[in-house]
Amino acid sequence: MTEIFWLIPFIPLFSSFLLAIFGRALPKKYISFQACFAVFVSFIISVISFFGLLQVSQESYPLLKTLFTWIKSGSFSINLSLQLDPLSAVMAMVVSGVSFIIHVYSVGYMTEDKSYSRYFTYLNLFTFAMLLLVMSSNIVLMFVGWEGVGLCSYLLIGFWFERHSAANAGKKAFIVTRIGDLGFLLGIFFIFIHVGSAEFTAINEAISGGVITQSLATLIALLLFMGAVGKSAQIPLYVWLPDAMEGPTPVSALIHAATMVTAGVYMVSRMNLLYTLSGTAALVVGIIGAVTAVYAATMALTQNDIKRVLAYSTISQIGYMFIGCGVGAYAAGMFHLYTHAFFKSLLFLSAGSVMHALSGELDMRKMGGLRKYLPFTYPAFLIGAIAIAGIPFLSGFFSKDAILTQAFAQKQYFIWALGVFGAILTAFYMFRLIFLTFHGNERLEPEAKKHLHESPPVMTIPLGLLAFFSIIAGYIGLPVVFGKRLNLFSQFLEPVIKPVHEPHLSIQTEWLLILISVAVALLGIYIAYIFYIKKPKTPHTLNAKFPFIYRLLYNKYYVDEIYNAVFVNPTIRGSEIIYDHFDLKVIDGALNGSASVTGLSGKILSYIQTGLIKDYALVFLFGVILFLGYLLF
Amino acid sequence: MIPGSYFFILSVILFVLGVIAFFVKRDLLTQFLSIEVMLNAGNLAFLAFARALNSLHGQVIVFFIITVAAAEAAVGLAIILLIFRQKKTIKSEDMNLMKG
Repeated sequence: MTEIFWLIPFIPLFSSFLLAIFGRALPKKYISFQACFAVFVSFIISVISFFGLLQVSQESYPLLKTLFTWIKSGSFSINLSLQLDPLSAVMAMVVSGVSFIIHVYSVGYMTEDKSYSRYFTYLNLFTFAMLLLVMSSNIVLMFVGWEGVGLCSYLLIGFWFERHSAANAGKKAFIVTRIGDLGFLLGIFFIFIHVGSAEFTAINEAISGGVITQSLATLIALLLFMGAVGKSAQIPLYVWLPDAMEGPTPVSALIHAATMVTAGVYMVSRMNLLYTLSGTAALVVGIIGAVTAVYAATMALTQNDIKRVLAYSTISQIGYMFIGCGVGAYAAGMFHLYTHAFFKSLLFLSAGSVMHALSGELDMRKMGGLRKYLPFTYPAFLIGAIAIAGIPFLSGFFSKDAILTQAFAQKQYFIWALGVFGAILTAFYMFRLIFLTFHGNERLEPEAKKHLHESPPVMTIPLGLLAFFSIIAGYIGLPVVFGKRLNLFSQFLEPVIKPVHEPHLSIQTEWLLILISVAVALLGIYIAYIFYIKKPKTPHTLNAKFPFIYRLLYNKYYVDEIYNAVFVNPTIRGSEIIYDHFDLKVIDGALNGSASVTGLSGKILSYIQTGLIKDYALVFLFGVILFLGYLLF
Repeated sequence: MIPGSYFFILSVILFVLGVIAFFVKRDLLTQFLSIEVMLNAGNLAFLAFARALNSLHGQVIVFFIITVAAAEAAVGLAIILLIFRQKKTIKSEDMNLMKG
């Protein structure tokens, strides 16, 4: 049964293709059925392949399926081939599973939308692109998936393109990630020049065979990481992700949880040998991850838009994943990716449910006390928040703790300290969100209150499923303190991700680290409790005391403004200057010039054409005479 | 016996007269007549060659030409007639619809 694993990405593609052609004519019920069913089948095949993979001996990893030769030019040859190894299998399951739940949720969320079939076409295509990304057996095909998710994010963020801000946000996402993709592409070229093949197996052989020197590895790894920074929204290319909230909420969930932003983490984990060889590159990954984790968390502190808080929290959590990759704990990074997929999509879908209940309201200042109106959404959101905050026994705790423990064990104390500080902030802003939205006074608009209602089952059941997974997903990766061989997750990934020979920590240190993690999470929640429940005046007095810091955070460090001033506006102005001087004058001038030359010569020549038969006859006569003269003499 | 070159000379004279008449005259009818003169100058040249070369080919071709010329004259006259009906004139200077 495992051989059919290559179907996993292509079923959503086929469904997307059908919807793109016939979607307009089909009834909504059928569209939603087909779209969800296609992804569901992919998920089932992923599960089957996963268990099939467990049966196969590790020597035969990865299972390959070559469909056909895609590009052939001299020694350059790229196959359209997919692979299945533990890393791909885990990613395929997470992507198709979470994507399926989001598809189902979308059925409820998008009922009223007039572009229903277009939405599901894009959504299926998005799933296809991400599945292709995680299952391709060579880096070029991976790049196709990589660009595919970029394209789909553009289409879906700008889904309501009639709104100017949505169209702009889509453009921003596309262009900003493109900057990183340039580096990614250069990295691929370097790999091909030095390895001579784009297959991952060949690349890994080249790395372990010493074909790639350390400095070359650093160069390639950093170039590839540039792409990851763009896709996974890290400093300095994170600016597109908060704006991506312009799309429909399920799309945000899909981008943040299952597809798109996790692509960078997957890529770094896939190329883990390269990063380990380089060392420097791994350190860069870790530091960027750590700085982003804290930096994005501080921005989340002051936002009032419920989805923006979640967006910054995603950036911050991806930072944690990169910390894991940076300190050599790729399995821990992947583990966090996997748990994050559940609780972040849960949070987004719950936020969508809140919006749905409040007729599209996003501002937390106009919420409050929703706990009793949304009896299902509230616990779902709470579970997501607890999971992300890192409270024990939920999934987020295990994965975040695994990353921080590894960072500590690798003696990266600076990164570890940033991670711990970020954890306080995470707990704080998540519970600020909970308290402002679900507790305290009702600050609803009277109009919104009239329509207040819990979401239909098609939306709440996915929430329940995700909440369930957010709770239990972590138990496959228990920390060492509970037993030596209990981390099934990293054991499963071992064939792909060589475990670092960790400087062993004593059990006491491990416990201490866990204790610190729990303590900071509780501390963050407690501060939020004081700020927003016990003494609701505290935030205002703080803002009044430190207006500079508040304004800096509220305006997101003015990074958007700086980018606009440094990159966007000069580009636009430069383009305008070129337009005025080059396009209008040189290009248009050449065009109009050739047109007027033609016109003028036509005018001159038209004097010959008198319309009088005698003149023509005269010309004819002279012609004959000339011709005869030529023949005779 | 008349020498063969006389026929050629006559033919050339007729042709040149036709050309001159075509450029000098201003009404379509006369111009049409001068074209016919040129045509018959050509016919005469054919006959002269047939005689000089002692071959029947030239004479046969002349028969064909006369037949075609009859048809052509009919069409040409009809066109001139129609132009006159339309424009009430047959002066060729007035026909410059195709002026660029």
